[in-house]
Order: sequence, then C-alpha cells, then structure tokens
Amino acid sequence: MKVIFESCSENEAFARTVVAAYITRLNPTLEEMSDVKTAVSEAVTNSIIHGYRCGDGTIEMECNIHNNEIEIIIEDFGAGIEDIEKAMEPLYTTRPEWERSGMGFAFMEAFMDELCVKSEPEKGTKISMKKKIGS
Amino acid sequence: MLGEEFPIGFHYEIYRNCLIVYITQDLDHHAVTFLRERSDKLIDAGDVKHVVFDFKDVDFMDSSGIGLIMGRYRKVMFLGGRALVSNVGRSVDRIFKISGLYKIIEKYDTPEEALKALEVKHESYI
Repeated sequence: MKVIFESCSENEAFARTVVAAYITRLNPTLEEMSDVKTAVSEAVTNSIIHGYRCGDGTIEMECNIHNNEIEIIIEDFGAGIEDIEKAMEPLYTTRPEWERSGMGFAFMEAFMDELCVKSEPEKGTKISMKKKIGS
Repeated sequence: MLGEEFPIGFHYEIYRNCLIVYITQDLDHHAVTFLRERSDKLIDAGDVKHVVFDFKDVDFMDSSGIGLIMGRYRKVMFLGGRALVSNVGRSVDRIFKISGLYKIIEKYDTPEEALKALEVKHESYI
C-alpha cells in the first residue's frame, strides 16, 4: 500500500487512520493499534515540521505486511537531518519555540520493534519501522 | 461561568482562577497548534492561575500533546499555579507514563476532583 499526500497538519490524522485501517486484518489489540498510530503520527509530524518547516512538500507513506509483521516507510524530500544521533536523543529538539517535546523518535522506538532512520541534509529523510502484531 | 465552544473539538470553562480545557478530539500537532494559542489567550486575559486538561473524549495523543501540557505547566508555574489532568484513558495514560509527565503533572479522575485538590469551589465564576 502506498499513499502520497501533501505536507499539512490535517494529514497527520489522515496518515494514521489509513495505517490503522490497513493493519486491521492482522487483528491488532487496542494497545498495538495505538502504538502504530502514535509512531506514524510522530514520523509524519516530523516531516511536516522539520522536513518541510511547515511549508509545501509531499510525503510518501508505504506499508507492507509480511506474515504478522507490519512495515511502515515514511519519506519526505525536505531539509533532512544533520546529526541523526543527536536528533534521536530523548528531549532533544531543534524547535523549542514551537514547544516540541523532543519525544518523537523516542516514541517511535518505544512503540515499534525496529526503527531505521536515513537522512541527507537538503535531500530528505526516510523512516522505516517494523512491528510484529499479536506476538 | 465563562464558556465557549471552540471550532474544533474543544471547549473550556473557568472557575474562579482555574481554567478547565475539555479536549474532545485526537491531540496531535494539528490540534495542539490551535489549542496552545487559545489556552494561552485565556490564561493571559484573566486571573487564571491553574489549568486542568480533561481527556474524557480523547482516544489518541502523540508527543505534540506532551509539548502542549509542558508548555502550559511552565506558564502557570511562573504564576504560582499548577497544571493538572483528568479523565485520562488508557492510551493517553501510557504516553504520559513513558514521557515521565506525571513527575510534574497531577492526575485526577474527574475535573471536579482536580478543582477540589486546588480548593477551587466548583461553582459559577460570574
């Protein structure tokens, strides 16, 4: 499944709702559903706020199911991340003035089984996440 | 009582010096942008010292919600006030726990109990 949508805050709800509908066939628990929705929301919000700095852009989201595992790939073509390690530190944020909590990556890591971040400054960022459902 | 329907998924009440914000939709970056501005205006406009966020109708929250609550906590702290949350459901509770928010924010079952803890009588402001 692949969807391409514009970078605007209304699409945060759209993205997590699409993924929630997609994984319904795996019969996830309420908690698993909530975990996946939160991780998706964090990744998409990062693309909107940091990738495109709340400006125009497109976000691509791809989901695959292998057996009982969901794979979600969220990619933007915006600003990219200079220092991924630093960006992944809990409570670290480049946007304190927007009251970003710096918990985005920490939540993605906590709620998914695997998280992979690839990024290049001025090219964009690609987040890949995996989670086994019903394990 | 001062009260007003917000255009998207919130309403509020003010009892004496306490602002209660009832959130009735998913609390993500989109919702937070609006709610931050409105609640700050309300805090700045009156003699609001404490703020209670009620989560009765919230099924989903991400880290943007943490930023909203921490920001308002900081704001009322400077006024000598407290920030509280009520009616926290399971999924929101997990987010609060993981983020360590309960170290600074008190949780109550209902807004009435939160007001009691603040010793603000639950009666009309005007």
